[in-house]
Amino acid sequence: MTTRRDFLRGCLAGGAAAAAAVVPEAACARDTLQRPPEGLGLLYDATLCVGCQACVAACKRANENPAELTTMDELWDAPLDTSGHTFNLIKMYRNGTMETKDSELNGFSFMKTSCMHCADPSCVSACPVSAMIKDPVTGVVGYDPDACIGCRYCVAACPFGIPKYQYDSPTGKIGKCELCRHRHKDGHYSACAEVCPTGATLFGRTEDLLAEAKRRLALKPGDWTTIPRGRLRHAQEKVLAGGEDGKGQKHRHGWRDEPDQSYQAQVGNYLQHVYGETEYGGTQVLKLSAVNFQKVGMPDLPPKSSAATSETIQHTLYGGMIMPIAVLAGLTWVAKRNVVPEADEKKEGQS
Amino acid sequence: MSAHHPAAPVGGKLLNLPVLVCGVLVAAMAAILFVRFLFGLGAVTNLNDGYPWGIWVVVDVIIGSAFACGGFSVAMLVYIFNRGHYHPLIRPALLASLFGYTLAGVGVLFDLGRWWNFWHILWPTYANPNSVMFEVAVCISAYITVMWIEFSPVFMEQWGLKVQKQKLEKVLFFFIALGTLLPMMHQSSLGTMLVVMGPQVNPLWQTPIVPLLYLLSAVTIGYGVVLFESCVAASAYRREIEMHLLEPLAKVMLGLLGVFLVVRIADLVLRGALGHALSPSLEAFFFWLEIGCFVMPFVLIGRTAARRNPARLFLAGVAIMLGGILMRINGFLIGYDTGLGVDHGWNYFPSVPEMLVTIGMFAAEVLAYIIITRRFPVLPREGTAH
Repeated sequence: MTTRRDFLRGCLAGGAAAAAAVVPEAACARDTLQRPPEGLGLLYDATLCVGCQACVAACKRANENPAELTTMDELWDAPLDTSGHTFNLIKMYRNGTMETKDSELNGFSFMKTSCMHCADPSCVSACPVSAMIKDPVTGVVGYDPDACIGCRYCVAACPFGIPKYQYDSPTGKIGKCELCRHRHKDGHYSACAEVCPTGATLFGRTEDLLAEAKRRLALKPGDWTTIPRGRLRHAQEKVLAGGEDGKGQKHRHGWRDEPDQSYQAQVGNYLQHVYGETEYGGTQVLKLSAVNFQKVGMPDLPPKSSAATSETIQHTLYGGMIMPIAVLAGLTWVAKRNVVPEADEKKEGQS
Repeated sequence: MSAHHPAAPVGGKLLNLPVLVCGVLVAAMAAILFVRFLFGLGAVTNLNDGYPWGIWVVVDVIIGSAFACGGFSVAMLVYIFNRGHYHPLIRPALLASLFGYTLAGVGVLFDLGRWWNFWHILWPTYANPNSVMFEVAVCISAYITVMWIEFSPVFMEQWGLKVQKQKLEKVLFFFIALGTLLPMMHQSSLGTMLVVMGPQVNPLWQTPIVPLLYLLSAVTIGYGVVLFESCVAASAYRREIEMHLLEPLAKVMLGLLGVFLVVRIADLVLRGALGHALSPSLEAFFFWLEIGCFVMPFVLIGRTAARRNPARLFLAGVAIMLGGILMRINGFLIGYDTGLGVDHGWNYFPSVPEMLVTIGMFAAEVLAYIIITRRFPVLPREGTAH
C-alpha cells in the first residue's frame, strides 16, 4: 500500500541532495588563492620586445623539445601555436598598414604565450591525480608525467590554453612551461629570460617584477629609463648576499653570478594595466602592453578564480562527506521499509 | 504492496540480423582502437588542444552515463517513493544502466592519453579531493560495483543459487540506497566539471547551479530512456507494451521535466544570461534546439489521452534524450571556446573512426542487452504483466 506519507518521506530523502546544491556558499566557501610571497615569475614588456624569437629557440633547447616542421620544405622549426612540444611562442598582432610598433591602428605588437603560473591555477584544481602541482614556495606550476593519466582536463580547464597534449604519441604527455625549474638547481633561471636581448622577458620574484612594472607605468612615455635584463635582482639582494639564513634568501642567492646587463631604453606608451596583477586572483607571470590585451590574445578574466568557484561547490556538497552520509542514512531508512525480499512477500500473499 | 511480477528469459535464437550488425560494428571499433593504442590519439581522432575532449568523453561517458540513469530513476520511484507497481520495469532498466555505466567506464580508458596509469585515480597517494573529476571517477567506479550487486539476483535465479540470493536480498536495501545516492552524486558532478573551465564556457551553460541542472535532467532522461526502451523492446520482441505502467511514468517524467525547465530558465534570467540566447550565433541556435527538445514532450503527451498513445510516448522519450544530448554537447563542445572570444582558430568535428568507436560502444551495449534478455530473467513474463 502506498500512502501519501510514504511519498512525502521519499520526497524528503530524495530532495535532500537537491537541497544540498542550494546551501549558502558561505558554509564552505573557498576563497581565491593568492601568490606565495617568494613566488617566482616573469615580466613580459611587449613594448621592449623586438620579436626575435630567441626565447622560443632557447625554450626548445632547455626543454629538449623537437622542432615542429610545419612548412613544406620541413627545414625549420615553425610551430603554429604552443603545443605539447612548444612551450613558449611570441605571437604578433597586426593591423592595417602595420607602420607603427605598439599601435592598435595601422600598427603591430608582439605578445609572449606561455604558462602564466596562476596564483590559483585551474589545471591544479582540475587534475584528478595530483599530476599538476603548484610549488608552495616558488609557486611554479609543475607537471609530473609519472602521475598523469592523460585525461586532458587541465587542457580544457586552463583559460590561457596553456597545458597541451602530445596527440602524436601513443605515450603522449602534457607539455607546458615549468619556468625551467629543472635548471634552478644549477643556478640557471628561465631560458627565455636568460637569452632575451632587450629585457622584454625578465625573470625574478613576482613581488619585485610587479614593483618594476608599476615603476614603468608611472614614467612618462618617451622618457629614457634603465631597463634590467635577464634576472631582476631584489632591492636588498646585495645587502643580504653575505648571510645564508632563511630558506627564501638562500633560494634567491642560489642564482648564478651575472654582470649587470641593464641598459637605457625609452619608456613605452603603456596601457595603465599590469596584466596578471589581479586576473583570476593574480598570476606570477606579468605582462605590459600598449595594445589592448584581448587584441593580443590575452583573455579578459575576473579577479575570482574558477578553481575557487568549483572547489566551493565541491566542498559545500562533499565537505567531510557529511551531506552524502546523511542522505545515504535517509535513503537506507526509507529503502529498508520499502524493499520486501521476494521470499517474505510470497508468504504475505497477493495483497 | 502488490506482488512483484516474475521475470523470465525471452528465449529464441541468439544469432540473427541485429546481433550480426552489432557484432560487425563492435569488430570495427576493435580495429580502430588497435590503431589508437599503437599510434596515439592523434592517429584516429580529430582532437586538438582547443578541443581536448571530443565525443569519446562527451558522448560515450557524459551522455552515455546519463542515458544509463533509467535503472536509478526507476529504482528511486519504486523503492524510495514506494511505487511498487513499477517493479516490472526495474530489471530491464537496471540492465541497460549496468551496461551503459560499465561501458562508460571502459570507454574512458580509450580516451586516456596515459591509460596505463588509470589506477592512480583510485589510489589514495594520487588523490586530489579538490578535483571534480576525482569525485566523478571514484563515484562511478563505486556505482558500477553496486549495480552488479543489485543485478546479481538475476544470475542467481538463473543458476539456482537460492541460498545466496536469499542472503543477498536481506541486505539489498542498503545497496539500493547506495545505488540511489551514488548517481545523484556523480550525475550532478558531471555538470560541475564545467565550472572550473570558467568563462571559456558560454554563460548559457556556465552556472554555479549546473550540478542541480545535470542531476534533474539525468533523472528525467532516465524516465525518457525507459519509455524509449520499453517501446523498442516490445516491438523487437513482439511483446505487448506495458502501457499501464508507462502512462503514469510519463506523467512523473513530465512533472520532473517541468521542475527542470523552471530552474533552467529562472537561472538564466537571474544571472542575466538570457541575452546570449537572443544573439544570432551558433550557440543561441543550439540553445533553442535544446530547449525545444525539452518542451516537446509537453506538446506530445501533455494531455492524458495523448499519453495512452505508445507512439507519442516513444517520441516523447526520444525528445527528452535529444534534449539531454544537446545540453551536454552544448556545454562541453559547442558552448566551449578556448581563449574566450579571442579567436584562436580551433575547430572540432569528430573523425569517422572516432564516430565508429562511439557507435561500436552503443552496439556493444545493444548486443549485450539482447543476449542477456534472451537468456536471463530480466523482462516481465509475458501475460502476467497486467
